[in-house]
Amino acid sequence: MSDPTVHFEELESVVIRFAGDSGDGMQLTGTQFTTTSAVFGNDISTLPDYPAEIRAPAGTLAGVSGFQVNLSQHDILTPGDAPFVLVAMNPAALKASLPDLEVGGIIIVNTDAFTPTNLKKADYDTNPLEDGSLKGYEVHEVPLTSLTREALKDMDTLTTKEKDRCQNFFALGLTFWIFDRRLETSESWIQSKFAKKPEIAEANRIALETGFYFGETTEVFRRRFQIRPASLPPGTYRNVTGNQAMALGLVTAARKIGKPLFYGSYPITPASDILHALAPLRNFDVRTFQAEDEIAAMGSVIGASFGGALAVTGTSGPGLALKSEAMNLALMLELPMVIIDVQRGGPSTGLPTKTEQADLLQALYGRNGESPMPVLAPKGPADCFDIAFEACRLAVRAMTPVVVLSEGYLANSSEPWQIPNPDEIEPIVVHHPEGRSDSNGDAPFFPYLRDEETLARPWAIPGTPGLEHRIGGLAKAPITGNVSYDPRHHEQMVHLRAEKVARLANAIPEQDVFGPASGDLLVVSWGGTFGAVRTAVTRARNKGYDVAHAHLRFLNPFPRNFETILRSYNRILVPELNNGQLAFVMRGTYALDNIISYPKLHARPFKIGEVYQKLVELFNEEQEPVSP
Amino acid sequence: MTESIALELTRKDFVSDQTVRWCPGCGDYAILAQLQKVLPELGVPKEKIVFISGIGCSSRFPYYMNTYGIHSIHGRAPTLASGLAVANPDLSIWVITGDGDGLSIGGNHLIHAIRRNVNLNILLFNNRIYGLTKGQYSPTSRKGKKTKSSPMGSIEQPINPLTLALSAEATFVARAMDADTTHLGEVLRAAAAHPGTSFVEIYQNCVIFNPTEWTGIDDRRTRSDHVIYLEHGKPLVFGKNNDKGVRLNGFKPEVVELGGEFSEKDLIVHDETSQELAYILAHMEHPTYPPPMGVIRNVHKPTYTEELMGQVRMAQEQKGMGDLAKLYHAADVWTV
Repeated sequence: MSDPTVHFEELESVVIRFAGDSGDGMQLTGTQFTTTSAVFGNDISTLPDYPAEIRAPAGTLAGVSGFQVNLSQHDILTPGDAPFVLVAMNPAALKASLPDLEVGGIIIVNTDAFTPTNLKKADYDTNPLEDGSLKGYEVHEVPLTSLTREALKDMDTLTTKEKDRCQNFFALGLTFWIFDRRLETSESWIQSKFAKKPEIAEANRIALETGFYFGETTEVFRRRFQIRPASLPPGTYRNVTGNQAMALGLVTAARKIGKPLFYGSYPITPASDILHALAPLRNFDVRTFQAEDEIAAMGSVIGASFGGALAVTGTSGPGLALKSEAMNLALMLELPMVIIDVQRGGPSTGLPTKTEQADLLQALYGRNGESPMPVLAPKGPADCFDIAFEACRLAVRAMTPVVVLSEGYLANSSEPWQIPNPDEIEPIVVHHPEGRSDSNGDAPFFPYLRDEETLARPWAIPGTPGLEHRIGGLAKAPITGNVSYDPRHHEQMVHLRAEKVARLANAIPEQDVFGPASGDLLVVSWGGTFGAVRTAVTRARNKGYDVAHAHLRFLNPFPRNFETILRSYNRILVPELNNGQLAFVMRGTYALDNIISYPKLHARPFKIGEVYQKLVELFNEEQEPVSP
Repeated sequence: MTESIALELTRKDFVSDQTVRWCPGCGDYAILAQLQKVLPELGVPKEKIVFISGIGCSSRFPYYMNTYGIHSIHGRAPTLASGLAVANPDLSIWVITGDGDGLSIGGNHLIHAIRRNVNLNILLFNNRIYGLTKGQYSPTSRKGKKTKSSPMGSIEQPINPLTLALSAEATFVARAMDADTTHLGEVLRAAAAHPGTSFVEIYQNCVIFNPTEWTGIDDRRTRSDHVIYLEHGKPLVFGKNNDKGVRLNGFKPEVVELGGEFSEKDLIVHDETSQELAYILAHMEHPTYPPPMGVIRNVHKPTYTEELMGQVRMAQEQKGMGDLAKLYHAADVWTV
């Protein structure tokens, strides 16, 4: 290893984490590394992890912001369990990330930040760079701050503070060198981002380049790595986060239905980025409405739906709680709309920037009275596109509010998305009853006369002559929709609304199963746990364990073949990021006594390793694995 | 889609087949009758008229109008109406609310609908009591008001609906009274004609739970001595014999007798465009002052949907109609 510039180690995949203060630009650094790797052709999956505070006290553990990216030459489904490379901008970042790091992993630290004050802020009694606690890792001590300042010493018009803000690009450049990446993508991003501040652009470009050549000219870094492009299915790709994909899916659905998209929402973490993605799309006739509160957002969506728009709102758990009364009005009015809940850790304000799947029961049952509502959940960031589209399709098909349960993890994580040809996406067909000359005549309009197949009522839009009608939250008679307290009417309407949602099972795909169609163990998961569970099940199957995996995207109604699938296995394991909510629903729905709940309550995604361990444990209790 | 012919509409066209279920003698009947009289005169096709209400006695209103309508949930009517206006800016949307629905549970939405200047006509029936829940004090009940929930008298400062609307930068603020139907009709016409949010407080009598609230000003025979009818550009004269007026004494309005020391030229001249005068008028409360009736403020500002659809048009002119393929590719892309 005398010439470090020529020695490359080939890796199939690698997990890298950038960690620093929430003001250090770590999300940006991680995103830049991701984009470059994606454009290079790796399969990627990312996991941002940042505090709820915009600028928590600098240097503290509370303020650590991290961005983890998994890049691979294979199809990967998660951001990876354990980083192999950690870029730590200060002691707190090191301390927060070290427990996750792979044994023998590489640590790059900014030694300039390892001052007595910062060590104290990170609760270090001794300097970890000196006390031997990092033995077992490959540690590279780089004075990032002073090197960046030195690189920018000729830029007289910049303050030291402005120069220091470039040190994340120095770190990025160095990481690019280690992983043999080119600088063009980030350079052109810098150019367009700072187009109006050419000096800042130049400083960041110099920092990026200097970081890169620092790797090349110093002989400190003896290991460099290459990860070949992945063999994804042919097509054109881009990187999407779940929230971006959700926004794209909604715009597409609106176009395919031929209606303006109304998005009424109140800002809330982690859903706000959907609003941010939609607000600039006025040329698509996207009408965003930033409501005064969560309830107003829901109300506005009901009004917009009545008015004939494709109406959608987005929120998170606490907001869903506030919306529930209005959601029930939507249910009674039987108007189509989509409610996106990007779940975060709860209850109450909970963990705004952390992920959880604990709103399932709220979405299914958290309203007064009998309130059946379809519930869908995307399985990954890119799947948010399809689920958003599907939710809109089902909403107008059955004239019902539909809930989409996304997750903070999906919302902010990213993966490659194979860009579809919009012309090949099927239109969503909607029928509006036609106007008549006179509504006072012999043939009155019946707002609750249902379609025989779907049980949907007609969507008659204000402005249509002759179809004037009144609807409301009071109990009503079938067909006429007139207010009625008749007990038979109430019972009939409760059943009709339930049956209408149940019949959507005819309009959604059957559940697919990965692995054998029957056997000992079936793992049933939903939402953002797909990647970790599917990878763990694959690993277990490769080891010879008799295990299958069914991942639900439709939680109400369940797919029509779901019960048959469940009854084909001896045991059913349900891993979820809550205290067993799906397991509870499945037990109640199917009266099964062989369901094993596997809850995780860390407000963090499952790791592949822990799901795999759980599977192995289950088999060790019961049986020895069959040799492959 | 053809429009019905507006000119041929009559009151009957606006009467629904539902039986009206307010208490006998309720002020709501008069308001319903006036709206059914005024709407056919507006030249708006019936199918373009929508009534949206919240919860409360007044909120049953949409069921009785043969137009499009939603009887929504408590306090939220302005939110549905706002979404509807954005989805369908051509509609004539009427929000029916009350002092409980609009100022208590729905106070926040009222403020924000007004502030955004959404093209809505908001009619707030103010009877200063909770009727549907059988007689608790409301946010407009006077201090000291004895009700089922305030047996020793309400200890709460009431909200003045007009000053609240003005503080939310309302572009149209007016007041009328159920008992004076002719004047109510005039105010409703003015509200309908105004683009943007028209906020109308209607003094409304609850015969069951608060029957004496408007005593002194609701009697046809003596009313003109106790309220003041506003006309833009005209001095503030009132009284059966037009013998009284309101002048400004410093910052304070003052009731004066005409004919002696004061004449009409000493009086305040009503100006619907004056924000300052609007506050003074809105604060003139019975019985200290003759409460003003009519249009207090009427100014033109762009409506919310004009602004929003303006942005849509501008974006389409500048960027072209949205192209999904372009949107999908608006990122770093790579081909496998």
